[in-house]
Amino acid sequence: MSPSPSQLWLYRFAVFTALATLGLVVMGGLVTSHGVGMAVPDWPTSYGYNMFALPVSMWLTGGVFHEHTHRLWASAVGVLVVALTRWLGGRKACMPLLLIGLAEIVSGLALLKLGTDWKGTGHFLSGIGGVVLLGGVVWVKNAPASKPLPMLGWIAFVLVQLQGLLGGLRVVLDAQILADVRLGTTFGIVHGCLGQAFLVLLCVIALLASRWWRERKSAPPADIIEPVVGRLFLFATILIFLQLMIGATMRHQHAGLAIPDFPLAYGKVWPDMSPDAVAQYNQQRVEITAVNAITPFQIWLQLIHRVMAVGILVAVTTVFWVVRRTTAPLTTRRLVATWWGLILVQVALGAWTIWSNKAADVATAHVLVGALSLVTGVFGCIISFRRFNGAIEAQSVPKSTGTYVPRAPIAANP
Amino acid sequence: MKMNLTLATVAGFGAALQLAAAGNLTGKVTLSGTPPAEKEIAPLKDDATCGKLITGTPTTKFFVVGPNKELADVVVVVKGLEGKSTGASAAPAVLDQKGCEYTPSILAVQTGQKISVKNSDPVMHNVHSTPTVTGNNEENKGQMAGAQDLSFSFAKPENFLRFKCDVHPWMFAWATVVDHPYFAVTGKDGSFTIKDVPPGKYKVVALHRKGALTGVEKDVEVTADGAKADFTIEVK
Repeated sequence: MSPSPSQLWLYRFAVFTALATLGLVVMGGLVTSHGVGMAVPDWPTSYGYNMFALPVSMWLTGGVFHEHTHRLWASAVGVLVVALTRWLGGRKACMPLLLIGLAEIVSGLALLKLGTDWKGTGHFLSGIGGVVLLGGVVWVKNAPASKPLPMLGWIAFVLVQLQGLLGGLRVVLDAQILADVRLGTTFGIVHGCLGQAFLVLLCVIALLASRWWRERKSAPPADIIEPVVGRLFLFATILIFLQLMIGATMRHQHAGLAIPDFPLAYGKVWPDMSPDAVAQYNQQRVEITAVNAITPFQIWLQLIHRVMAVGILVAVTTVFWVVRRTTAPLTTRRLVATWWGLILVQVALGAWTIWSNKAADVATAHVLVGALSLVTGVFGCIISFRRFNGAIEAQSVPKSTGTYVPRAPIAANP
Repeated sequence: MKMNLTLATVAGFGAALQLAAAGNLTGKVTLSGTPPAEKEIAPLKDDATCGKLITGTPTTKFFVVGPNKELADVVVVVKGLEGKSTGASAAPAVLDQKGCEYTPSILAVQTGQKISVKNSDPVMHNVHSTPTVTGNNEENKGQMAGAQDLSFSFAKPENFLRFKCDVHPWMFAWATVVDHPYFAVTGKDGSFTIKDVPPGKYKVVALHRKGALTGVEKDVEVTADGAKADFTIEVK
């Protein structure tokens, strides 16, 4: 069954949007790794300019380059997601987009009336509304994509705007403190984690829009992925997401390396975290960038990150080992092998991040591979659960015992 | 009116007498132990614009130590004189951005005293103050090349209040804000002089950004002849 041209182009566009989002995650990683999140102190304006009119000479200055490029890139991803939402939703998406776009334009114009302080925000919101409105008025009579893609498109539509807002609030509320919590740090952590979830969503959209997926949807596979594989996938993927949350928290402490050595920690298996010891660690640190002093909490965080890394390595290795010994199809085997490879690379990058004294490029590569590991894990979950369910439907398999089938008997089959 | 004039005259005489009896507190700060090696600031050297503004290899300057272990950039503060700030009328302290580095990297000012931040570079910076004490406001201001000086001041005492440039994240300076004028920052020879300290017994604290974040204290009695206090800061 060959795909229609529109299905093929939708898939290509979804892949392009997912890749653009991956690039955005990397750009965001570079911003945090270089410690330049506040290099442009205002938002949605940039040094008082309309974001899209910042002079190139300023854009190319130091950390402004990373932060401003992240903003422009995010805007481009926003436009892509609006188009994707419209495409996935078909004509049915026109009216909601039209109404949302109009509402944003009117809100933006209303903000302009509040005074000069709101001028930049008003223009920005009106601009977003204009893009959304354009998505609504485009008169292409395409049918909606198959379920659940239209709904996923709308979720992406909401998330991209929420994510943009969180990024902006991370800048605007950077210095604000609420209940002893610095809002800039909090919004930064949430922005980092949501960015990963948003990337996963766009990759899932691309997967579900693919020919490969449609073929398996219409003809459930004859081979079986045992339920234990799906559960292991899910368990390891949850661990990876938790690990990314810990990583985002570590990165947004802006304290550099809380533990400067690896595999030991301050020369010990378990470091001394008494106030005197931490004071001594801070005394001996020679920071090149303006990082904060380290605290016992940050040392704990890095230790948990290390322990979690071991846990993830064990979990993914177990999935790899189990899948190799079961009837899982080739695609799943390849996926798991890739996943295992990514985790090994990720562990190496984690160690290199420390040995390189958190070099920005290495730390960002660690973020990139972390994101790819999460996406691969989610793909594994979807494929294994989907295939497992499909196999149940197709073969009326009774409730599984949760055990896996050794590989050897399969090899003996004709 | 006449009564007020009399009171003012008496108060003026009192102040003049106190000043006459005041003495200078002098001393020297030395370092014991071996400080960690300073690091090369590679991002500064590699920056397309800033790299051209410097000669030699830029390094961090946490421990500026003389040949006989004299320690520079130590903030020495007399304790027990809080609430006597004359910062509002004091001349502004100057913090310059030159060669994409802050000069000086350690300074001390009074509460309410202006810190005038210059940009001597042909490149844009942003000046981001990051206080941690409630009552001192965090500000983040862009400053183009050749732009007017920026002005900062802080209402509450705070040790090592950080200034940083997010555009060039290796740039940072630390200002200690004191609630009176009786403080000094040691020079390259490790020495300091705090002028016109009212006579009395005090605790004096020497603060170093790395070596003594919470300070090393000494009891000192200041007379009209002045007083001397030497400090040793230990690196563990």
